[in-house]
Amino acid sequence: MRTPVFFDDRYPMIATAKHNGILAADGTPLKRSLARALRREKLRALILVMPLLIFVLLTFITPIANMLLRSIDNTIVGDTILYTVSDLNDWNGSDPPLPPENVFRSLYFDLFIAVETKRHTRLGSRLNYEQTGISSLFRRSGRKLDDIGKEIEKTLIASDARWTDGQTWFDLFAARNEGDADPELFDRQFLRIQRLQGELGNIDIDFMPSKSIAKALPLATREYTAWAIHTASIEGEDIAQTRPWESIPVALIYDMQQPDFAIEIKNWLSQSSPHPIEKLSTESIDYPLDFTDILRKIHKDWGDIEVWQTIKVHSNDYTSGYFLNAVDMRKSLDGPTIQPENKRILITLFIRTVQMSLIITLACILLGYPVAWLMANLPMRTANLLIILVLLPFWTSLLVRTSAWKVMLQQQGVINETLVWLGVVATDNRLEIINNQIGTIVAMTHILLPFMILPMYSVMQTISPSYVRAAKSLGANDWTAFLRVYFPQSIPGIGAGSILVFILSIGYYITPEIVGGTDGVFISNRIAYHISRSLNWGLAAALGTILLMVVLVLYWTYDRIVGIDNVKLG
Amino acid sequence: MRFTRTILAASVLALSAVAIAEEMTIVSWGGAYSKSQLKAYHEPWTEKTGIRVINDDSSAEAVAKLRAMNEADNVTWDVVDVVAADAIRLCDEGLALEIDPDKHLAQAPDGTPASKDFGDLLVSPCFIPQIVYSTTFGYRTDMVGDNPPTDICAIFDIDAYPGKRSLEKRPINNMEWALICDGVSKDDLYDVLATEAGQDRALKKLDTIKDHVVWWNAGADTPQLLADGEVVMGSTYNGRLFSVIEEQKQPVAMLWDAQVFDLDGWIIPTGLSEERTQRALDYIYFATDTQRLADQAKYISYGPARNSSAPLVGKHSELNIDMAPHMPTDPDNAKNTILYNYEFWADYRDDIDAKFQAWLAQ
Repeated sequence: MRTPVFFDDRYPMIATAKHNGILAADGTPLKRSLARALRREKLRALILVMPLLIFVLLTFITPIANMLLRSIDNTIVGDTILYTVSDLNDWNGSDPPLPPENVFRSLYFDLFIAVETKRHTRLGSRLNYEQTGISSLFRRSGRKLDDIGKEIEKTLIASDARWTDGQTWFDLFAARNEGDADPELFDRQFLRIQRLQGELGNIDIDFMPSKSIAKALPLATREYTAWAIHTASIEGEDIAQTRPWESIPVALIYDMQQPDFAIEIKNWLSQSSPHPIEKLSTESIDYPLDFTDILRKIHKDWGDIEVWQTIKVHSNDYTSGYFLNAVDMRKSLDGPTIQPENKRILITLFIRTVQMSLIITLACILLGYPVAWLMANLPMRTANLLIILVLLPFWTSLLVRTSAWKVMLQQQGVINETLVWLGVVATDNRLEIINNQIGTIVAMTHILLPFMILPMYSVMQTISPSYVRAAKSLGANDWTAFLRVYFPQSIPGIGAGSILVFILSIGYYITPEIVGGTDGVFISNRIAYHISRSLNWGLAAALGTILLMVVLVLYWTYDRIVGIDNVKLG
Repeated sequence: MRFTRTILAASVLALSAVAIAEEMTIVSWGGAYSKSQLKAYHEPWTEKTGIRVINDDSSAEAVAKLRAMNEADNVTWDVVDVVAADAIRLCDEGLALEIDPDKHLAQAPDGTPASKDFGDLLVSPCFIPQIVYSTTFGYRTDMVGDNPPTDICAIFDIDAYPGKRSLEKRPINNMEWALICDGVSKDDLYDVLATEAGQDRALKKLDTIKDHVVWWNAGADTPQLLADGEVVMGSTYNGRLFSVIEEQKQPVAMLWDAQVFDLDGWIIPTGLSEERTQRALDYIYFATDTQRLADQAKYISYGPARNSSAPLVGKHSELNIDMAPHMPTDPDNAKNTILYNYEFWADYRDDIDAKFQAWLAQ
């Protein structure tokens, strides 16, 4: 009998552990010491996998997450026409039949900055996905927007030549001293430009708007501040030496026409050195500034209620619009509505993708199973030769293999020629086995077959032949022995192969593109189109997200029915 | 010891060689087209400046990739070859540099400023035109009997020309041809196509041959289909047909009727360093002068974009045949032409493409 260590006086430290836990050799509690050792171990393991982890995170997870986020991201509208979007909130979309004047006014100035920063056509393309014609509406409006400003500029310069000077404008809007500064207005405009242009960083801008002039000329001060921030940070020019955009004279005249102007400007002038603004008589500023009218003259579509409804519906920073589009619906004022019939295609493609992937998986099982069985049951040397034959296609480019199928399957191709030569089909009645679903299924089954055979083979290799022998010695015939003894043991291989093949084929697009014709293409072909041609990345992201979800749901179902533990890769 | 020293010396040498040999990445379409640019532009340019040119065959995805590069703030391309429609889009998005033709491009030999020499082809302030190409039809001479087609509407005439046709798997050009053959005059074309009824009308016309069409995605498809006798006629870029007819000597002939003119040319991406921008501008100045543009026609049958280059177009470099009659702009070929409508398709592409694809899937 051995005495328990606790009571052995050769281990005094362990003996004392009765009171404060077991202690290690150096006197620290064993628990802590163990944890430390384990932590070190874990840390070492983590350091070892860290490069891979960082690599995967940077090159795989981040870009995918970033791409998926685009499916709901709609900040471009609010970033580009900030004030218009907030003013549009007060319009219910149908009554009155056009948004009120203040919306048009906001749009004029929003659009002006967007044109100067080259963001307006980007917004045009975004909204053109929803309504045809908006792209050119924005582009054309962009070209004519400064016409009215130029006219007003001429009037100003006619009254005093100093208006040509950047300094004149600077003196008007810049704060005269610390107390007069309006940092809030500055910050708001800074954010506005930042939303348009991206991070501006820490730049020194030698301008702060004046509080007192902002009272007299609120719109012009706002627009001048935005201009100043843009000019100083992006163009890197000296604000005081540069003449502002033509939108600022427009804003100036608008402000001067407002009732409060007369009093406020007197306040400002009383504390200021003389400025050319004094000379602007009421007649010279009597310029008809109806922004609804101005914009409708620039392009008649600004009088189209549908354009405004589209902008209003798609003005939120986050949108369900792309997801709705991805399932053949669209966002409208009355909530989600179904697309007109002649534009519905995506659901059809989703269903077809899943259906054809299932067919391809099934074909792979049927063709691959005997091969895998043969490989598992042949002597090693012959089996190795077969494995090389199975792997051979892997060493040939995917494109080459697919193109080879073209040569095989086309109407003047090898198969048809042979059949005609044999007299099986008439020469004017050749089989159509490419540029349709058959072409896609044949070519993809061939390409994906190794992914089915290899897991099957590795599972079958582990099945001991003695089971089948035992079954036979107990009186089972070949068929029963296979069906009740061998086959159940090979199911994990089928499961693994099927998951591989199905998931690979559901996202395939090169092969369907080349041999699929019109009815053999997959949803991924549309995703590729929207990524590289139409540039509708939001819709592509929504389609991709749905595809990912479909795969996950099917995977989950598979797990519930077959059990993922039943999947073996070897 | 001596061995390590040799290696060290060699690597220092290699490193300095890398530092000296300047490189620029030029993006184009690949294949015979890139080869013609290599011969006509890149090789003389490298000879003159010592700057090595790296080719990247990514023009088909240029807009998407440039947008991604711009978002990542890492533009790796110096000069990009794109079609005019893409150049307009890139310019719109601020992804391409605006060019002043008279400042940045060479004069014609007789002193005509570049803006006049290129004329109407300067369709965007960012776009430097290089060639005029056309999308047109080729047909198998041995499959049409004694009745070779001369009219675009032959593609819709299944009785006279039985067999398959290959058409591009997109609405652009196909819709126009369908409407023309449905009796719409060229002047009204886009007014009709802008309406829902007009689009239906075009699709209905295409419906009549839908079962007889092989749809292509890549410009190389139709030449292959024609060469294999899979189709009796098919649309593609005229340069591709030239190589099937003259280089591969296949029994194929051109159907120039209602060919659609389009432009291809250079843009310089924005977001390059000043040094790289200047180098790209230098390249453009060099590669788009009168002689250089005419030189390209020695290797491929696309028309030079400068008026002053046309008289300089000579013989093919290897086949030694006159290139002028093979140009889409040759008066004999250009009797009935359509000009790609950039403005229209910029607006209607998304909408009509969705309808077209839905129609295809039916």
